[in-house]
Amino acid sequence: MILRGLLLLAVLVSLAACSPIKPWVKPYERQKIADEIMSFERDPIADAYLHHVFDAREAARGGDGASGGGCGCN
Amino acid sequence: MRVKPRAVVMAHREVAVAVINRWLIMSAMLLASSTFAAVLPDERIDVLYHGYDGGGAEIDGPSILVRKNIGTAVSVSANYYVDMVSSASIDVQATASPYSEERKESGFSGQYMIDRSTLKFGYTQSKENDYDATTYTFGIDQSFFGDLTTLGFGVSFGEDIVGQNTDPTYKRDLQRRKYSVNASQIVTKNLLASLSFDSATDQCLNLTDDQSCLNNPYRSVRYLNGTGGYLYQRELYPHTRNSDALGLRAIYYLPYRASIRAELRKFSDSWGIDADNAELRYLHPYGERFLFEVKYRIYDQTGADFYSDLFPYRDAQNFLARDKELSPFSSTTIGLGVTYKIPAGFIPWFDKSTANLYWDHFDIDYDDFRDARVSPADYAAGEEPLYSLQADVIRLYFSFWF
Repeated sequence: MILRGLLLLAVLVSLAACSPIKPWVKPYERQKIADEIMSFERDPIADAYLHHVFDAREAARGGDGASGGGCGCN
Repeated sequence: MRVKPRAVVMAHREVAVAVINRWLIMSAMLLASSTFAAVLPDERIDVLYHGYDGGGAEIDGPSILVRKNIGTAVSVSANYYVDMVSSASIDVQATASPYSEERKESGFSGQYMIDRSTLKFGYTQSKENDYDATTYTFGIDQSFFGDLTTLGFGVSFGEDIVGQNTDPTYKRDLQRRKYSVNASQIVTKNLLASLSFDSATDQCLNLTDDQSCLNNPYRSVRYLNGTGGYLYQRELYPHTRNSDALGLRAIYYLPYRASIRAELRKFSDSWGIDADNAELRYLHPYGERFLFEVKYRIYDQTGADFYSDLFPYRDAQNFLARDKELSPFSSTTIGLGVTYKIPAGFIPWFDKSTANLYWDHFDIDYDDFRDARVSPADYAAGEEPLYSLQADVIRLYFSFWF
């Protein structure tokens, strides 16, 4: 199911890549994006610890934007 | 070395679950901090005290992170983490006695920036008296379309050795692999989004059919003994676990200076577990020095195909599990936190410093995991009350930028 959804997304992205794309948010329009309150991981050491607790208490893993791997969650 | 009773260690692994992954996630987050532009991450030092208290287990300890740039293209970081465990969880109370233990891990990561690409690597090692884990990670990010889009690929290789305190000859080799794809997008000048897909495989090596490596070697399952009561036998797991996870995250800058963040994740694995979770997080600055955060998260999962709280008889299936983390359950988490920006100059040598306190409360209701600590005289086997768990998690940390 997840893989099928991803394949569909990949096709859509591939189609979009066939046409020229210009940046629609100019660099001078990114002051809000650069604000610290817009960060997915503002404080990595603290965020990682909370992820660790979730991993410990739940069977699910991954899909959180972290490119690390493995768990060893016996 | 002190040898713990067999079941004493049962909850040891339960409360320590995912320790190995914790640093991996952290190293990835370090690298992900530059997701929306090909720039090196901030140079900083973080000193964290972490505390977990719930379900009879208390785990706390320090974690220290140092991240430094070398020249204009290289960033390196190091992390040291300690878990001090004092456990009397439900598994321990049912079949053993409380115990205390310590676990240490260390890791290093780095990244090298070339134009709009970033190469990333990581190494971590976790050691405890019955479990060693080593993991290597590698990844690459590339930004496109004037840095509006960032596409990343990652892979990790893990080699674990699972031991058992009561049997010095017990040794299980576990091989872990994980492949990740991540796409981050500046959608508008107020909206960021990120889509992540992970595919992971855990594989036991060189085992016979009656051996396992993916379970806690101290944990047992219950089965009916034919006379109204129950007995225990060891768990037995498949030798392989494959899982896929797809996550979507977004942050929106509100019309005033505050942000709201949403996260959705879908997970499924080869053991029959399907899980979903959703989270909302609101971040609100107050004045120039304070940042307040409120969070609400829900999580729901189905149970593994071979999970049962009480099997009908001994060796009822080829695979047997009674790990409550593999049972069907739902949970909610609420979180509150505050960051205080320490006035510049108050702490010399640092450009910026913050003091942070975050609290999260977990409330987990298990749908098919019963509290076997009750007296058999009061409850028939399989009629015990369902278990629920409440836990509080504290993160107190100081961050320094230089």
